[in-house]
Amino acid sequence: MCGIVGLHLRNPELHPRLGELLAGMLCEMEDRGADSAGVAVYGDPDWTPPGQGAVSLLDAADGADELVARVSDALGCPVGARVLEKTLLLTAPVDSESLLATVRSCAPDALVAGFGADLAVLKGVGRPQDLAAAWDLRGARGWQGVGHTRMATESAVVAAGAHPYAVGPEQCLVHNGSFSNHATIRRELRAAGVRFDSENDTEVGARFVAHQLAQGKDVEVALKELCATFDGFYTLLVSNRDSFAVVRDAIACKPAVIAETEDWVAMASEYRALAHLPGVAEARIWEPEPEVIYAWTREGGAVQGADA
Amino acid sequence: MTTPDVTFDLSTTPLRAVNEALHAPGLTGEFAIEHPAGGHSVAVGLDAPIKVDVHGHVGYYAAGMNQQAEVEIHGNAGTGVAENMMSGTVVVHGNASQSAGATAHGGLLVVEGDAAARCGISMKGADIVVGGDVGHSSAFMAQAGRLVVRGDAGEGLGDSIYETRIYVRGRVASLGADCVAKEMRAEHREELAGLLKAAGYTDDDLDSYTRYGSARSLYHFTAENKY
Repeated sequence: MCGIVGLHLRNPELHPRLGELLAGMLCEMEDRGADSAGVAVYGDPDWTPPGQGAVSLLDAADGADELVARVSDALGCPVGARVLEKTLLLTAPVDSESLLATVRSCAPDALVAGFGADLAVLKGVGRPQDLAAAWDLRGARGWQGVGHTRMATESAVVAAGAHPYAVGPEQCLVHNGSFSNHATIRRELRAAGVRFDSENDTEVGARFVAHQLAQGKDVEVALKELCATFDGFYTLLVSNRDSFAVVRDAIACKPAVIAETEDWVAMASEYRALAHLPGVAEARIWEPEPEVIYAWTREGGAVQGADA
Repeated sequence: MTTPDVTFDLSTTPLRAVNEALHAPGLTGEFAIEHPAGGHSVAVGLDAPIKVDVHGHVGYYAAGMNQQAEVEIHGNAGTGVAENMMSGTVVVHGNASQSAGATAHGGLLVVEGDAAARCGISMKGADIVVGGDVGHSSAFMAQAGRLVVRGDAGEGLGDSIYETRIYVRGRVASLGADCVAKEMRAEHREELAGLLKAAGYTDDDLDSYTRYGSARSLYHFTAENKY
């Protein structure tokens, strides 16, 4: 099944509660998939100090000290490091792409879970409740978060197969469903020079979107291209630093609920993940239509409901 | 609304205990369920002449397999509300998610708001009245019963339909395979009026509705693939 959650906070007064609210959403979706989980948090000032670049690495915690020393030497400035269960979060006063390039040169085999200004991506294998506790997710702050509880279908239960897939700067994608033509599209993207970290079908969707955005397309155009290219069942939540977007396939087989108030926009696989959000009783609640792209920007100018 | 005999609070009482209490032999009376918080399987498998009011949004399969009971949901309902209902009534005073009334054999389902995709999929004899719109593939493979849509219908209405009669007041985005518009004869107007009345809609102009049903061309298979 898999469960998707996402919360975009419009009211800054709620920013201190992002982690608490997101953890509640994530844990409520645990019985849709409890083999692994991941979250992306935008704007926690402790995890990702403002003005610094950030890179999240998986399964690198064991050799963290040595890696941090090498990256610090290579950059010529101290690198911040924080171990959050299996995720090693590195931050430095350089842009995130420079930090990522340096990390890749120092640790070519390290698995990059995400990178970008203000973005921490945490993934792990195990029950979402245990992972949320290990990350101290409830203590996180920020303006936006997405999460995923996984029931593995298309690839192995490993951290590399957990969502979110955050393969472009400040970008994340989480997916409920499965793509049936992902192998073909992966070959085409590989031929175009795109690198992959896993055999997961969702990674193909994330690389596809990132590839579109890198060509200068906006998120709505990228998602329309995705709908035209991918076969299968999907509800997708696509975020970047300044946007939050939802799309479902033409059959709309996989569930999705969106709720919106003046203070926040939230999306989840099921309403019960939204039931504890403040003011949900007054929220506008609806199910996204098939292949309609719903997108919000951080400036507050909703561009919601543009037809695909 | 009268005062219930028993009120259950799902924020403090486990759902299993509530459903067990509602399955007690020989049960009668009126019951309320508070704080469902989108939980699944609220008030499923009821089989007694009772009244149940659920205050809030429910998740999957609420009032599924209902027999005899009169269930009102004061909120939105998730996937499969009143799925496989046999008798009784289920009223949703909000929107319903996909597959509302799926495979239902009898009884009446009323959704006052919109119903999402696949409303009445494979319905087998129930009556479904939707106050607003229905999504795509509604009444897909519907076999018996009646579906009334006071708003619009999405793509593929009545795809591969058998014998269900569909009445739509608004626009139909497209008809599915073997589903066609049909003449509204006197007996259909009478049937539609009765369904609308049962659902509490008494002011609709019957002339604004179109009847749809099976062209019955899919009934005839060609043996040995000889076309």
